[in-house]
Parts: sequence; C-alpha cells; structure tokens
Amino acid sequence: MAGIVGYGSYIPKYRIRVEEIAKQWGADAESYRKGLMVEEKSVPALDQDTITMAVEASLRALSRAGINPLEIGAVYVGSESHPYAVKPSGTTLAEAIAATPEVHCADFEFACKAGSEAMFVALQLVQTGSMKYALAVGADTSQGAPGDALEYTASAGAAAFIMGTENLLATCEHTYSFMTDTPDFWRREHQFYPQHGGRFTGEPAYFKHITGCGEALLQKSGLKPQDFAYAVFHQPNGKFPIRVGRMLGFSKEQISQGLLCPRIGNTYSGSSPLGLTAILDAAKPGDLVFMVSYGSGAGSDGFIWKVTERIEQVRNAAPLTWDIINGEKNYLDYGLYSKYRRKIIKNN
Amino acid sequence: MSRDVVVIGVGLSQWGELWDLSLRDIFVDAALAAIQDAGVDRIDAMYVGNMTAGIFTGQEHLASLLADYLGVTPIPAARVESACASGGLAVKMGFMDVALGLSEIVLVGGVEKMTDVGTEEATYALSTAADQDYEVYHGITFPGLYAMMARVHMEKFGTTRKQIAEVAVKNHYHGSMNPAAQYPQQVTAEQVMKSVMIADPLRILDCSPITDGAAAIILCSLDVAKKISKKPLIKIKGFGHATDSIALHSRTDLTLLPATVKAAQNAYKMAGISPAQIDVAEVHDCFTIAEIFIIEDLGFVPKGQGGKASEAGITRLGGKHPVNVSGGLKSKGHPVGATGVAQVVEIVTQLRGDAGPRQVKKARIGLTQNMGGSGGSSLVHILEVI
Repeated sequence: MAGIVGYGSYIPKYRIRVEEIAKQWGADAESYRKGLMVEEKSVPALDQDTITMAVEASLRALSRAGINPLEIGAVYVGSESHPYAVKPSGTTLAEAIAATPEVHCADFEFACKAGSEAMFVALQLVQTGSMKYALAVGADTSQGAPGDALEYTASAGAAAFIMGTENLLATCEHTYSFMTDTPDFWRREHQFYPQHGGRFTGEPAYFKHITGCGEALLQKSGLKPQDFAYAVFHQPNGKFPIRVGRMLGFSKEQISQGLLCPRIGNTYSGSSPLGLTAILDAAKPGDLVFMVSYGSGAGSDGFIWKVTERIEQVRNAAPLTWDIINGEKNYLDYGLYSKYRRKIIKNN
Repeated sequence: MSRDVVVIGVGLSQWGELWDLSLRDIFVDAALAAIQDAGVDRIDAMYVGNMTAGIFTGQEHLASLLADYLGVTPIPAARVESACASGGLAVKMGFMDVALGLSEIVLVGGVEKMTDVGTEEATYALSTAADQDYEVYHGITFPGLYAMMARVHMEKFGTTRKQIAEVAVKNHYHGSMNPAAQYPQQVTAEQVMKSVMIADPLRILDCSPITDGAAAIILCSLDVAKKISKKPLIKIKGFGHATDSIALHSRTDLTLLPATVKAAQNAYKMAGISPAQIDVAEVHDCFTIAEIFIIEDLGFVPKGQGGKASEAGITRLGGKHPVNVSGGLKSKGHPVGATGVAQVVEIVTQLRGDAGPRQVKKARIGLTQNMGGSGGSSLVHILEVI
C-alpha cells in the first residue's frame, strides 16, 4: 500500500492584517473579517517564490522521511505561481535537495488543486512500483489584484509530501477525483492577476465539486463522517471549509486542526495540503483523515489517510505547522506589502 | 374602454442565481406555468417586459426569440422597456390589447437574466436607467441616488435609520412565508443597520438583490374568461402610468415621486376607489427607503409619515395596509424586467385566496406599483376579485 513517508510545511514569517488592506481601499475591515473569516495572511519576502518555499518544505519532508534523496524517482511541484512560464520549478527543487539526475520531473497547474494533483500522481507511481519514492509539493505565492476581494486572502505557503510504500507515517486508503469544465476563476497568459466569477465561485464551483468528490469518496470507502478523527478541505476563506464540511456531515471539531486560512490566508496549491500537515502534526496512530482539495476550472481530489505508529517517531523531526504559524511574525504595512509582492511597477 | 380585462392565469419561474438556466429557459418556465394555470390552449399576442438583456446577456430581438422558444410563432409579440418598470409596462400593453378588442387571449411576461455577468457589469447595466450624461457620467449609481433621497427624507421628516431598517425586517418576514423568495431569511433591524455599508445611509440589507427570474400572466376579456376559467376572476379595475425626469436633480422636491403620485391618482380615478379601499399592495421596494416614499405617494399614509408607519407595523401582514406580503423586491428578489409582472402574480394569488401563510384575510382589492430608475416612470394597477 502507498502512503506518506515524510511531510514538511513552510509558511513565510511576513503577515499583513485584513485591517491594513481594508484601510488602503476605504473598505469595511470588519465585514471582510466576518465575511471571509480571515484575520491575516502570509506574505512572501522579496527573495521568496514558489521554488524557494518548495525547497524549504521538501527539506523538512526529507528530515521526517529519513531517506536518501537520490532514491526519489519523481519530483512534482503543483502551483499557479510557478516563477517561470517556460522552465520547470521542479528542476531547481530536485537539484536543491540533491535528487538529480535520475529523476522524473514535472510541474502541475490546476488553480488551487495543483498540489493535491501532484500528490495524487506521486501516490500512483509508487503504488505501481516504478519508483521507490516520489516527492509532491503544493506551493504558491498567490496573486490577488489590488482592491479585489482576493487580496484579503491570497497568501503564500508550501507543503511537501514524500510518497512511498514502506515505513509509512500514513497510508492512503482511498482516492477519488471529480472534475467538470466550470470557469469560475482564471488567469490568462500575461495577466498579473486572476479574474473570478464572484458568487459563481461558490455553489456551482467550490461546493458542487467538493461535495461531489467527498460524497463519492465516502461511498467508495464505506465510511461515515463520524469514523474520521480529522477532515480538511480547500480553504479559500475561513467559512467555506466549515460549511462544506457541515454539508458532508463533518463537525467543526473535526475541521479545526487543519483550518489554517483564518490565520495565514489562502495558500492556493498549498491550502489543503498544508492543512493535512497540521493534522499529521497532531494525529494519533490509527486516526483516519478525510481530505478533499478544490481547484477552479474546476475539480477536486479526495484522499482518505490512515495514520500509522511511525508518526510518533518522526513528527518532531521538523517544525510543526501550527508552531510555524504561531512563531516569529513580522507585520507589514501596505507599502511594504506592495513592495514585497512587486505591486509597485516603475513606469520608465 | 370597450372591454373589461381579467387575469385568468399566473406563473413564476424559479428565482435566484440560476447559473444553469438561460433567459429563454426561465421565460418559458414562467409562461408555461401561466398557460397551465389559465387552462388555455392558445395565446393570440404576447408582451415581454425586459430592461436590458442586450447588456446582461448580449441578446436583443427578445420577443421573437421567446415566442419561438415558447412555440407560439407567428403571433405578434413585442418586448417593452421602461427600466425596472418594464414588467408593469408590459401588463399595461397587454391590458390595452385585450381592452381594445385586438386580441382575445394575451400572455404578458417579464424576464431578466442578471447573473451571467459580474457585479460590476450588473451595476453598469442597471445604471443605464439613470441619466447617462448628467448622473452616471459623474459616478452616481442607484444606491447613491436612493441614499440621497433617504438623506433628504430623514432631514425633512425626521425619518430614522431604524424606521428605514424596519422595511427590510418586514419584507424578509413576509418573504420567509413565500417559497419562491430568493432570500427568505428573516433579519433584525440591528442586522440591517450593521450590515455592509453601500451608500450612506443605505447598507447591503437595504438593497434588493440581483436575481434571475421570470413571471407571466394570461389576460383575456371578461366574456371569454367567464366561459373558460374555473378560478376566481381577477379584473384589472384601473391603471395609471406616468413619467418624470429620470435625473434626480431635475426634481423640485426630492421627497416626492411625482410619477407615482400621478399614476396612482389616475388608477384610483379609473377604478373609482380611494387608497383606503386597497386591501393588499405590492410596491417597488428596490431599496428600503423607496417603500417609505411609495406608501406615502400612494396615499396609504400622509407625506412624511412613511417611516413611522413602517415602524408601527401598519404595512405588515395583519396591519391596516399590508405591503409587499410576497417579500417584495427586497426578499423575493428583483429580476428587473420581471418584477412588475410578478407583482400582479402575487396580487392575483392573494385575491384568489391562494397565498397560504402570507394570505391577507378577506382581500378583495389589490394594487401593484412598479417603478423605473429613481422614479422616472411609474405604473400602478388596481385589481379586484369579481
């Protein structure tokens, strides 16, 4: 059986509060805080991007996996903010963690579910026995246009998972994917910022696909929501995952450990994978974890994980996700935020 | 007028954010519901109220398109437009057609498909009902216009923020009893007054929503109705239609809607009744403050007393003048071109005694008031069960 051998997370230490963004646009901060259920979001530093964060998270995953990186047969990075339009993020990552040259490498893109896509493919590859380990990363420095509702949540973070078939800290019991052509959110070539369909991103997009995937995953597994210790869903804001969890029959208590968005924003491809890292940080052997990602366009990948006894041995080999969130933080004003996110464009 | 005109069938499509349905789908749904309700096997002419399908969906030439999809070509069909009063205008056109003896059975529909565009485009589409050169060009939107009207009303008559909020509280309470309402959730005055600011003093819960929806009614002469209808006959007893400057700044008194005053006077005169005789009314509460203006301009309460009356429950179900028992535009939804027709659907439902928990007891005479823009056009219809 395939599963997770090691995992790692990375979240930049910079933050900007909802109030600071709202002040810039003369908007009502309280309504955004309540409406989105978000307090603050992470911001990448000037020298950070999807690749650097993928490297940080992958090194932590390697610490927990305790394997030789040369045994990694595939390096997959899922993101919608790959620094290059042409040239993979994965090559730099593979080189940085010393996994080259005998390694397959590809970048994935499917809005916010690129990370879970990479996980899905990595799992299947090790399951077939064509390689011993496969590394899957979800990482983003996501974009929100100045003044757009997305600006309050679009943040940065990465989660890395090394998949294998032995020495697992969690086994993958079931997977399921659900996909339709639903244009709720997109960014065209050469555009700085994505466009979205407003409320259309809710019912016919996020909720339809996560419930579609989640219900089928429950049916396929024969399990009930009460059988799970934890559940994690894609987190575009704080409210949606709680609501979609309720729709599927999961309680707030099952969701809270993996619900990071209110404190770090929407890390896009890193969103539900980062939530999973926070859950693995706290889970006990035997716990079942329900996970459904969501990517606009639109689709969801579902996973059922079962935590093994090995989690106790490797958990503290790398920083815990909630410790990173609660650790050192530097708050930015909108000016510095604009500079860090390269929103200031010189016109000469 | 040569013939009495009655409503023998009513129908609504589903209302809401109908992303998987098109304009033609929802129109046909409402039209078929009305045809089935009337029990007729043909229609002779059709009028469709629609404000701006050209902007919302890129589709013009609506009347023929909808006649085709309803399967009624080659009957004469026309789309009529008077901004948010397009539906009310379609009712008037259908009335005239039957009254003049041009057609025996007429379908009057209204439809608007508003959610195929984003909020900014929808705001732009709606702003085309204001004066482009002298209002919109300078940045004003409808919430802004009604906010200014609210400010003047508050200043002149002492109308309070809470009194304005009570309109939303009442209409959402009414809407909670209407299975067709888009937003049937009840709200408190405090929730309204603390909701997101849109244009001071109006907040999001003071505003009607963006809605996809259609409504339809079947009109025929009283003589025909007596032969074919098995339901209580609802006669259109009077109507009034008036215009005013569409630019707010051209009006001498910002606390008055002269087109509504005039339309109401003409409708009362034609029907031979007074405002006190109206048992139930559906009025154009595109914003909460609009309902306060309208109940004054229809003569339900003295000028300046609309806020107090709303707070006192006079317009609530069970009050002296029940207003917007359907939930109104505020709770039921506001697919602009459909609204004027949907108001007639509600009044007919009330006068038939079919309104369930929101039924106004012993309702015999009902009124609809449909308005374009910030009051540049207004249509009033008075209906009576016979």
